[in-house]
Amino acid sequence: EEAEKRANMPAVSKGDGMRGLAVFISDIRNCKSKEAEIKRINKELANIRSKFKGDKALDGYSKKKYVCKLLFIFLLGHDIDFGHMEAVNLLSSNKYTEKQIGYLFISVLVNSNSELIRLINNAIKNDLSSRNPTFMCLALHCIANVGSREMAEAFAGEIPRILVAGDTMDSVKQSAALCLLRLYKTSPDLVLMGEWTSRVVHLLNDQHMGVVTAAISLITCLSQKNPDEFKTCVSLAVSRLSRIVSSASTDLQDYTYYFVPAPWLSCKLLRLLQCYPPPEDGAVKGRLVECLETILNKAQEPPKSKKVQHSNAKNAILFEAISLIIHYDSEPNLLVRACNQLGQFLQHRETNLRYLALESMCTLASSEFSHEAVKTHIETVINALKTERDVSVRQRAADLLYAMCDRSNAKQIVAEMLSYLETADYSIREEMVLKVAILAEKYAVDYSWYVDTILNLIRIAGDYVSEEVWYRVIQIVINRDDVQGYAAKTVFEALQAPACHENMVKVGGYILGEFGNLIAGDPRSSPLVQFNLLHSKFHLCSVPTRALLLSAYIKFINLFPETKSTIQEVLRSDSQIRNSDVELQQRAVEYLKLSSIASTDVLATVLEEMPPFPERESSILAKLKKKKGPGAVSVNELEEGKREGGELNGGGERGGDSSSTPSPSADLLGLRAGPPVTAAAPSAGSLLVDVFSEAVKQPSPTAFLRLFVCKNNGVLFENQLLQIGIKSEYRQNLGRMYLFYGNKTSVQFVTFTTTVTCPGELQSHILHIHTWNSLEPLIEGGAQVQQVINIECLTDFSDAPLLNIKFRYGGALQNLTLKLPVTINKFFQPTEMASHDFFQRWKQLSLPQQEAQKIFKANHAMDTEVLKAKLLGLGMALLENVDPNPENFVCAGVIQTKAQQVGSLLRLEPNAQAQMYRLTVRSSKDTVSKRLCELLAEQF
Amino acid sequence: MQFMLLFSRQGKLRLQKWYVPLSDKEKKKITRELVQTVLARKPKMCSFLEWRDLKIVYKRYASLYFCCAIEDQDNELITLEIIHRYVELLDKYFGSVCELDIIFNFEKAYFILDEFLLGGEAQETSKKNVLKAIEQADLLQEVRHMKQRLPAASSRRSDLHKPLRDDRPKHTHTQPDH
Repeated sequence: EEAEKRANMPAVSKGDGMRGLAVFISDIRNCKSKEAEIKRINKELANIRSKFKGDKALDGYSKKKYVCKLLFIFLLGHDIDFGHMEAVNLLSSNKYTEKQIGYLFISVLVNSNSELIRLINNAIKNDLSSRNPTFMCLALHCIANVGSREMAEAFAGEIPRILVAGDTMDSVKQSAALCLLRLYKTSPDLVLMGEWTSRVVHLLNDQHMGVVTAAISLITCLSQKNPDEFKTCVSLAVSRLSRIVSSASTDLQDYTYYFVPAPWLSCKLLRLLQCYPPPEDGAVKGRLVECLETILNKAQEPPKSKKVQHSNAKNAILFEAISLIIHYDSEPNLLVRACNQLGQFLQHRETNLRYLALESMCTLASSEFSHEAVKTHIETVINALKTERDVSVRQRAADLLYAMCDRSNAKQIVAEMLSYLETADYSIREEMVLKVAILAEKYAVDYSWYVDTILNLIRIAGDYVSEEVWYRVIQIVINRDDVQGYAAKTVFEALQAPACHENMVKVGGYILGEFGNLIAGDPRSSPLVQFNLLHSKFHLCSVPTRALLLSAYIKFINLFPETKSTIQEVLRSDSQIRNSDVELQQRAVEYLKLSSIASTDVLATVLEEMPPFPERESSILAKLKKKKGPGAVSVNELEEGKREGGELNGGGERGGDSSSTPSPSADLLGLRAGPPVTAAAPSAGSLLVDVFSEAVKQPSPTAFLRLFVCKNNGVLFENQLLQIGIKSEYRQNLGRMYLFYGNKTSVQFVTFTTTVTCPGELQSHILHIHTWNSLEPLIEGGAQVQQVINIECLTDFSDAPLLNIKFRYGGALQNLTLKLPVTINKFFQPTEMASHDFFQRWKQLSLPQQEAQKIFKANHAMDTEVLKAKLLGLGMALLENVDPNPENFVCAGVIQTKAQQVGSLLRLEPNAQAQMYRLTVRSSKDTVSKRLCELLAEQF
Repeated sequence: MQFMLLFSRQGKLRLQKWYVPLSDKEKKKITRELVQTVLARKPKMCSFLEWRDLKIVYKRYASLYFCCAIEDQDNELITLEIIHRYVELLDKYFGSVCELDIIFNFEKAYFILDEFLLGGEAQETSKKNVLKAIEQADLLQEVRHMKQRLPAASSRRSDLHKPLRDDRPKHTHTQPDH
């Protein structure tokens, strides 16, 4: 019977086979219910506890067995609060398997008890100095698995020594390299390579492929953070890669995987090269291009095996090579070949390859060299959107369509995306809606198409249309009189549907209130018909929409006097004038009074058609009007203006961007109070928060901006609670910023909200639409959430948008405001030009206000490579052989804004002796020269 | 790589390896969420998916799912082959490995993984070298239990006994004869 019960045990147990453990596992597996399992576990825990506490000293084997049982129980998901000491005891056993189990337990059940940590570190120290390679490896594995700060403090100095020592065994070197990598990731400040740098880089030349495979991960990570110190790795990586790529499939023996030589190492080498610009040395570059061509050629050769492992390994290298080609973005020939290769994969029978091809093509679409080549695959991609059975593949197809869209194919792509939206998965609808809205506006040639598209969006996916999208259609209709009649007609027709979305009612109410007169001539859409249509929706709508409709009604009284009595009747009804909602009641009362006492002239003046939104005006006009604009009005005045009915169509709903804040006035107050980076005053009694507010170094907001002028990714903010990482990409006048909010504590953040605002006149210069990928207002301890912000540059600007973050941590409200690192240079497109052209344009920009100049002291070492990297990061083209003085740098680029393109030229003259720079910027626009000069002067 | 999870078709976690510091609570949450997501996917679907800001790469071997979370710049296909190489290592060590082997010898599965991947990166990709390290460790054992026979296995075959690395094409018996 016993045998029957344990029937589910394996016939053979490997290794030393702890029989007691096998029996226990088998018992657990035979438990019929959760309760039975818990009972069995509790029995075992009691047994182990008594054994550990017992007088009789346990032998190593029993200790190992019980520790292993505890580990098993923990891995089942139960809490374990003892046994750590016994595990630590095992560490000093000289029997390998006992030590091994001890280390495994410590790695899995990391404990923060400081006494234990001291003991563990001692044991590790002993093993590291034992000169027994298997013991050394165990100790290194443990450090790599735990990776805590305490371990970094204890061992970060020792491990580099082990890594580069001549007599270290290969297997120990491998563990040491990756152990160091893990410590570097958790505590970069404690891992100092310094004198070891060159020897670590030279591990790329090591004879043992395993050592190279491990070391290169470390080198890649270090290169990302300190590219200059590690730049000698480029030529070493290229020659290593070249040797692998040209080797026969049997040359590398056990490092050949399904006939592919060293696929892991190849991928890592190609990945390392992506940390650097193309090699400058012609010979190295030639060798690398040869490698890339060989990899592309091999893709066309017949497979050496039918196994999927063969093709996966081969294609892994191919995709990594394509990533490198895209990263360089400088070899048109390779880019087009890469694109053709991906094109083949788009129709491959392997879903995985289709997915990756779509993903990779997305980045190719943004290169000027391959954009056209990508576009030729449009039919295939549309087909993928329609027929792929896997939503993750369809998502990739939608992303690619978005990336390949331009004026020539916008109508087709938008139509396809709209029709896909009807059946799209809920998870991706909001993003699709935004994409369609952006494309429709960006490539609208005739605005009736734009209006149709947005109304279709609301009809198909109304729930997913954010406020920004419908504000935008109203702004555009108001600003373009050629589309107003069409918009009124279309929206009137859309409202005929018996169940139309509330967003449609909002747009309909607003547009008919403004332009209903343009279709009132047709008896089928007479004023009264329009009113009755709108009012038939009234009772189904939420309060803000009803408020908007009331404003539309008073506008109707002005537009169509014949509707006056009907509408007054409605306003007078108890359900309006005695409405329990204050806002609705107030509107009803005020509008009723206004319509009864004001003369026609007064009414016409008060209810005049909305003026155009300022966005489309030239910046000079905007400046002129600024004094009267909202940016210059104090909060009190703004409040009063609202009360007086200055904004008739509903306070918060009218504006473009400021309205994404729930309470605009409160936010304006926030902006004006003190410096932008502020942690909220801690509430009394909360120790943690007190510590936090003292410990926070508050860098000036410009310091943050300075860090991101020449780069797009990095950590934007960090304190003891929160880390905000940023990743951004720009193309023409559009940008997309990914913000990653990481909760560094183990406690959740609640009511986590963020708001992006554009202070003052900035809102007419940048339009942003933002969306949460994770809608939860909660961030769990240790978790990270992502937010995407889409940015559009309308015209040049100098201020930065503000990001306000509010959340509660342990009951205390945290509130901070940061500047988002959006600077005008992000919208640069590099322009290559010859010397002659450069100076000709330089002369053309000779008006005194077109030039800005600064002479300043060097803040950093005057290293040519660093300067070049920064200038490239700026986004302009760095022009070689243009300036007669080879010490000088000249750059050219065009800033893409929606309103216009601003050509800019730059000249940087270092004077090494005086440690000074002279920076001169000339642009077709004075404000741009000035701003670029300010931004750059802080960089060098 | 940020973490690797092995779980059964029934959603039981068989092995978890975390290369980034996370609280136990967060680990449990991630596991729950991912097991659910991956099990809900149909066969033949793509092996990759976006999840939070990570990429998930997974593959099923007999009754077990192997699931890795990698970062944006990491290579999906090579990760798929990391999974495969790990299965090969287990297979070679246990001799036609099945889910039960991993349940009963979980500690060995961890040791093999540590020899192959460290800190989330490939440490040694040569099958010979990894197994050499593990076999050496086995030889160092103080008591030499030769491969020990445990109570006889029942004739009842289940998923748990199915070799993970079954290279035979699936469903051949269901194809109609012509």
